[in-house]
Amino acid sequence: MKCHKCDQKAVYKNQGLLLCKNHFLDYFEAKVFKTIKKYKMFSNEDTVCIAASGGKDSLAVLYMTSQYCKKYNINHFALAIDEGIAGYRDHTIEDLKEFCERYDIRLEIISFKEKFGSTLDQVREKALKEYNKKPCTVCGILRRTYLNRYALKLNATKLVTGHNLDDESQSFLMNTLLGNMRHNASLGPITGLTTNDKFVPRVKPLYFISEQETRLFCLLKEFKVDFTECPNIGLSFRANVRDQLNEIENKFPGAKNGMVNAFLEILPTLKEKYKETKPFSYCEKCGEPCTGKVCNACLLEEQLVVRKI
Amino acid sequence: MNIYIEKENKQLELDKECTGLELLKELKINPTTVLLVNNNEVVLPEEKLSKDSNIKILSVVSGG
Ligand code: SF4
Ligand SMILES: [Zn+2]
Ligand SMILES: [Zn+2]
Repeated sequence: MKCHKCDQKAVYKNQGLLLCKNHFLDYFEAKVFKTIKKYKMFSNEDTVCIAASGGKDSLAVLYMTSQYCKKYNINHFALAIDEGIAGYRDHTIEDLKEFCERYDIRLEIISFKEKFGSTLDQVREKALKEYNKKPCTVCGILRRTYLNRYALKLNATKLVTGHNLDDESQSFLMNTLLGNMRHNASLGPITGLTTNDKFVPRVKPLYFISEQETRLFCLLKEFKVDFTECPNIGLSFRANVRDQLNEIENKFPGAKNGMVNAFLEILPTLKEKYKETKPFSYCEKCGEPCTGKVCNACLLEEQLVVRKI
Repeated sequence: MNIYIEKENKQLELDKECTGLELLKELKINPTTVLLVNNNEVVLPEEKLSKDSNIKILSVVSGG
């Protein structure tokens, strides 16, 4: 089968559209750039921080965002969080360093070891045994906190993440199945714009890009992507929803896209309904906004880290 | 044809000629979750695969 725009062999097919390698790469770029512009994700008054891990979504979003920023002269850098997961994060961080060097992107690395006081590996057992907290819970809280904290410290005004169409449709469906519309209100291509000046707004340039498109992009660009999985991975609910959604997509091509577009139509109503009205309180220890007296990250530090005096 | 399934890190041989879609159906793999590579080139699943093809089935799904 041939590309619709030239004589070359097609490598991509999406509901009737056929594209060769070069035309797919153009299409991918155009789709990402259009999303950035449509939602006014960033402009040249911003300093853009790109959350990077070394996985395929992260490399694709890092590459596209830096292309966009270079084109429009926007300050940007990559920020990686090293949780300290042996046999996994050490590899992806090495790949990321190489990638950033090759494409001339400034890279900052923040490690749990240095900022939290322990690696995730070191606290995993204690968290599970004494506090019944899974490694992904600990990892998620700290990663979210540090991304925001160090993006802010490094003067970023926007935080880019690699969330894609699959992530978003999965999250929407998971929240909906659990009847949790409040969580759905915090999804969307751009979040945290109006909440608090201690939160860096988050944006998702790959919002309309599927995992299949991302993998094809990385493959055609010959990015070195490490597919080793985190040894802590435990995604049973998400994995289940993901597999079901993929079945639906196979039977009804375009279903994920339809779902996310339908979600975007109700999102303004959800945001209005679940708007934070009560004022933020601030963590007694670190001063960051939180709901209780101390934030979840500081609580974890109290519980899990043995400080040597 | 020679087939490598990345997700399972599995290699297999099949003596047949078929399209990518037919092959994936036989292997019970959802075509929206993979990319097909034939002799180091990305091919569409609708494409015919000959007996001497060297196929890689790459998973696009991350996690779990
Ligand atoms: S799988 Fe869990 S522990 Fe591993 S990186 Fe993801 S959230 Fe962290
Ligand atoms: Zn073409
Ligand atoms: Zn705190």
